[in-house]
Amino acid sequence: MGKTLYEKVWDAHSVGTLADGRTQLFIGTHLIHEVTSPQAFGMLRDKGIKVKYPHRTFATVDHIVPTDNQASPLADPLAEKMIQEIRKNTEEFGVTYFDLASGKQGVVHIVGPEQGITQPGTTIACGDSHTATHGAFGAIAFGIGTTQVRDVLATQTMTMEKLKVRKIIVNGELRPGVYAKDVSLHIIRLLGAKGGIGYAYEYAGSTFDNFTMEERMTVCNMAIEGGARCGYVNPDQITFDYLEGRPYSPTGAEWDKAVEGWKAFASDADAEYADVVEINAADIEPTVTWGVSPDQGISIGETIPDPANAKTEADRVSFQDALDYMKLPAGAPIKGTKIDVAFLGSCTNGRLSDFREAAKYLKGHKVADGIKAIAVPGSQITAIQCEKEGIDKIFTDAGFEWRAAGCSMCLAMNPDKLIGDQICASSSNRNFKGRQGSSIGRTVLMSPVMVVAAAVKGELADAREVFNVA
Amino acid sequence: MSAITKVSGKAVTVAGNDIDTDRIIPAKFMKCVTFDDLAEGMFYDVKVNPNTGELTEHPLNDPKHAEASIIISGENFGCGSSREHAPQSIYRSGFRAIIAESFAEIFYGNSTTLGMPCVCGSAADLAALSEYIDENPTAEVTFDLEALQASYGDVTFPITMPESARSSLISGKFDPLAELMENMDKIEATAEALPYI
Ligand code: SF4
Repeated sequence: MGKTLYEKVWDAHSVGTLADGRTQLFIGTHLIHEVTSPQAFGMLRDKGIKVKYPHRTFATVDHIVPTDNQASPLADPLAEKMIQEIRKNTEEFGVTYFDLASGKQGVVHIVGPEQGITQPGTTIACGDSHTATHGAFGAIAFGIGTTQVRDVLATQTMTMEKLKVRKIIVNGELRPGVYAKDVSLHIIRLLGAKGGIGYAYEYAGSTFDNFTMEERMTVCNMAIEGGARCGYVNPDQITFDYLEGRPYSPTGAEWDKAVEGWKAFASDADAEYADVVEINAADIEPTVTWGVSPDQGISIGETIPDPANAKTEADRVSFQDALDYMKLPAGAPIKGTKIDVAFLGSCTNGRLSDFREAAKYLKGHKVADGIKAIAVPGSQITAIQCEKEGIDKIFTDAGFEWRAAGCSMCLAMNPDKLIGDQICASSSNRNFKGRQGSSIGRTVLMSPVMVVAAAVKGELADAREVFNVA
Repeated sequence: MSAITKVSGKAVTVAGNDIDTDRIIPAKFMKCVTFDDLAEGMFYDVKVNPNTGELTEHPLNDPKHAEASIIISGENFGCGSSREHAPQSIYRSGFRAIIAESFAEIFYGNSTTLGMPCVCGSAADLAALSEYIDENPTAEVTFDLEALQASYGDVTFPITMPESARSSLISGKFDPLAELMENMDKIEATAEALPYI
């Protein structure tokens, strides 16, 4: 019987079994950022422990950086303290750090792939739940807590329990105006926010085979929103083409050897899965969330669910709670819901292709009156590329603010926040209560093209109608 | 580290499913470089009315639950962000165990490493416990990790947890660092065999 990629990577990285029965797993690549690492370095310092393999950890700064004025010192003294701390820690412990001045800074899950640090057949850990993103390259990548960040720094290993693997097959072509983000929201809607607990998701099928690396990253990014700690796509020529020539990719004879090795990690045709789910790409519609959990999604043409029709009492209670928070009427069409803010960015949809695609439709349109619209590239490299292509100009001409790289309004750790009960059309990944910085702020998740459609109309809209997508 | 075989204390209910870590500790409280001052932010947006700045009527604010050291909740507790700030804020607020229908994985691991057991019970058992606690806020609830049983008043019910978490807690080895460090030779051998290290 064959093996899945998950099993092969797991076996290659298993150091041994610990007393409690869990595996000591070697972490090939460790990514860190300023929020979840300082306490770990503090613990090392307290115990007088060094970083075991400093060249296997890479750092950047993303959550706390302002996206407007990044002049040093940062205006927020707490943010300044955090950036000083990561500078100090990476220098003291000899870790590579992509700082604001490096030209390579950005959201950690965008920087890793961009630099070629994210590679197939590896284990990747980061103190951030969206580490699943890196699975797009055929890596086993997952989020960890700060104590585990300490463990990885000290030993390049951590304790881990083996997951089951669920294969999610999406076949066929997406219809025009439907994107990787919709695939992601559709899967989560189908399997639930906790459906993936205990599983790694293997995304497969012709839809994924034909996806670009950026599209694969968008879906893997949100594996955690479906409860799966990691999600991956088997590496193929598209993966290798993406990686070739990147700063940390192997070169010359090493490259050819690496590619051979990577190919061998792909799941065998006769691998067995704990579960298999099949989805038809043509069934996927542009999807938006209506509630406060990423699985509370509907297609843009549907009506907001009525708690009275919920299947279980628990669902009824949580639907009602979500609607009360979102201030949305049960049973009404979601299309036409007025918005206040449009946010395009984050590690889900802050890559070059996201801005290119959104700009293609936004060109020549104007953001509706009274809407605050911000476009935030996920990395400095993305920003520069967009600026070269004149994409920034399309956004600013339309009335968007064009910002510097960072997590921005995806979460509330920098000045970009919702105010009061503002409702935001957002290309990010979480619609939790208070996620975007106001404890009564409201988030509606959607694809980048849907975000610009909402910005133009001033309300939730079907981008296919707004931009005549056929 | 000492062994954790039993946890007893008063309890409070944080009702609902999918209580995410942004709820447990809003991001604005994470602008810090140590975990020392996280207690203040725990469930802040649940405890404080954003419009008035006043305390809400949530059980976490109810003086009758002031001494609670156990949280009762629903399904998928701790989902979302991997922030260890979440269990740290709960622990630093004086809580020593959580019982829920189910937990999100990263939160679960973070809590275990802290020595804060997370145990699962059935929806019916949890509803009965929650109701009892509401009427008898000073009642002691006990989780026996060896017998995998919860008890309060004259009621006992079964609890579950992954065997690895249970054994690490009852053996007092929930912080794995020392054990991981003992295996440096094996770590180096594994690294050596990997083409990319
Ligand atoms: S963009 Fe959002 S989800 Fe991604 S790392 Fe930053 S805060 Fe987390």
